Amino acid sequence: MRNAFIDELVTAAAADPRVALVVGDLGFSVVEPFATRFPDRFINAGVAEQDLMGLAAGLASEGFHPFVYSIANFPLFRCAEQIRNDVDYHELPVTVVAVGGGLSYGALGYSHHAVQDYGLIRLMPNMLIAAPGDPAEVRACMRYLMAHPQPSYLRLGKAGEPLVHEAIPDIAPGRWVPVREGTGTATLLTTGATLALGRAWLERPEFAGFSLHTLPLWGLRHKGSQPAQVSRWTHVLTIEDHLADAGFGSWLAEACSGQVSGTRLEVRALSHEIFGKVGDQHTLNALGGLR
Amino acid sequence: MVHRANASHVGSCFSSVDVLAVLYGRVLNVRPDQPDWADRDRFILSKGHAAAAVYAVLAETGFLPMEDLERYGQNGSSMMTHVSHRIRGVEFSTGSLGHGLPFGVGKALAARRLGADWRTFVLLSDGEMDAGSNWEALMFAAHHGLDNLVAVIDYNKLQSLTTIAETLALEPFADKLQAFGWDVRELDGHDHDTLYDALSSTPWTPGRPAVVLAHTVKGKGVSFMENRVEWHYRSPNAELLARAMAEVRGDDA
Repeated sequence: MRNAFIDELVTAAAADPRVALVVGDLGFSVVEPFATRFPDRFINAGVAEQDLMGLAAGLASEGFHPFVYSIANFPLFRCAEQIRNDVDYHELPVTVVAVGGGLSYGALGYSHHAVQDYGLIRLMPNMLIAAPGDPAEVRACMRYLMAHPQPSYLRLGKAGEPLVHEAIPDIAPGRWVPVREGTGTATLLTTGATLALGRAWLERPEFAGFSLHTLPLWGLRHKGSQPAQVSRWTHVLTIEDHLADAGFGSWLAEACSGQVSGTRLEVRALSHEIFGKVGDQHTLNALGGLR
Repeated sequence: MVHRANASHVGSCFSSVDVLAVLYGRVLNVRPDQPDWADRDRFILSKGHAAAAVYAVLAETGFLPMEDLERYGQNGSSMMTHVSHRIRGVEFSTGSLGHGLPFGVGKALAARRLGADWRTFVLLSDGEMDAGSNWEALMFAAHHGLDNLVAVIDYNKLQSLTTIAETLALEPFADKLQAFGWDVRELDGHDHDTLYDALSSTPWTPGRPAVVLAHTVKGKGVSFMENRVEWHYRSPNAELLARAMAEVRGDDA
């Protein structure tokens, strides 16, 4: 996903002089293609994330579209107030890019585990959440964000996520994208890096006949479009590599509360059992309940 | 305004209003009839609690109708008692401290990248220099040679509970700012001509951002508010308002 991101960013920057990449002393072996080609628009603010987010907002207020890239917890939890007050409230086109969404930095421990990020960002009314599930979705999200600059959060995995889509999918905020059609009235719905997990689960007997849908663009503003889509199904099972509390499934359940009847909504997410443990992403996901 | 809204921070407004008067009256290249004019100088109030002073100055200089000030802090109004970008002429909403300087750094950097000549001014409180984000921004601005950026620190030496010295001492303040790579001038923050000379002549050294350490008095101009920590939060009742207004107008002179 990181490589698809930087590739799209370089292409976008070549076409649009407003695109800037701002990093907090992170991105070794990822950001070089941008930094080399656009040195004036590559800014390493150092290990100083609050300044980083504030200055990105300042750049955005003068017409730039900064992509603020770091490992998830640094530009999010460290900068929660800068995102809330400076970016979201002022509706500035800053895209906060978190690398290592979910448990992709599993071995690095709790500080680097991004399993509470949706909960924080989805409270920001203007932030569009872009949580792509494979490199094709990264490209789709990047193209959407370039065409619609706005306060936004792009949640990347790390590298090596399998390609699920055969082509770059057509995406729109709040709209479920079919990945595989089923034979019944039930679906798996994923956001973020659990797309591949959802595809694997389709092979299990208990999900026979399920379809698979993905939702790479969502957020508080797009809750209203959910009940009509959910009502089509008798059973929707959400999958996310985030805590169940305040995550994606909770967002969908809130969106449908009092609006949908006759649909069983089931949330499959991580439990806090993973806190204090290290391991590879697959192992930690399983420990947390995604198995 | 503060009396009508029963709002706080009047002491912080009086300490910084002379700086604002000089900026808006003589220094900033702005157009009140065209608040979004592209080539304007940018002003950011980082000490957002001095909003009343900024709104008053904006009204005085023609950005706002004077009667808008009556909405300050009133129920249902957008004239928040921390400065709001929903008000004509205000660049950036603040209220939480430590946000204005990083944002100003972004604007100054943008101007540099765009080849624009306008300057960015940020007015900070002394107490907010407790915030690490400001020291991050000081480092960044100096490292990138942002000499189109001017910070003014309202150094009234009081925080919300007690003095700066008893809270987190800033001295040797000027030395610290200098050591972070900024050009520093210390001056009387109520002396308009001195302020004008300093603020109108940056960069003092090419390649270095400028910071004015403006020595001020909290509650300046109202004898019973001057240097009194309680006027960080209190608003004057009708009797004290009348006394304050008489003193500010110079009726006793």
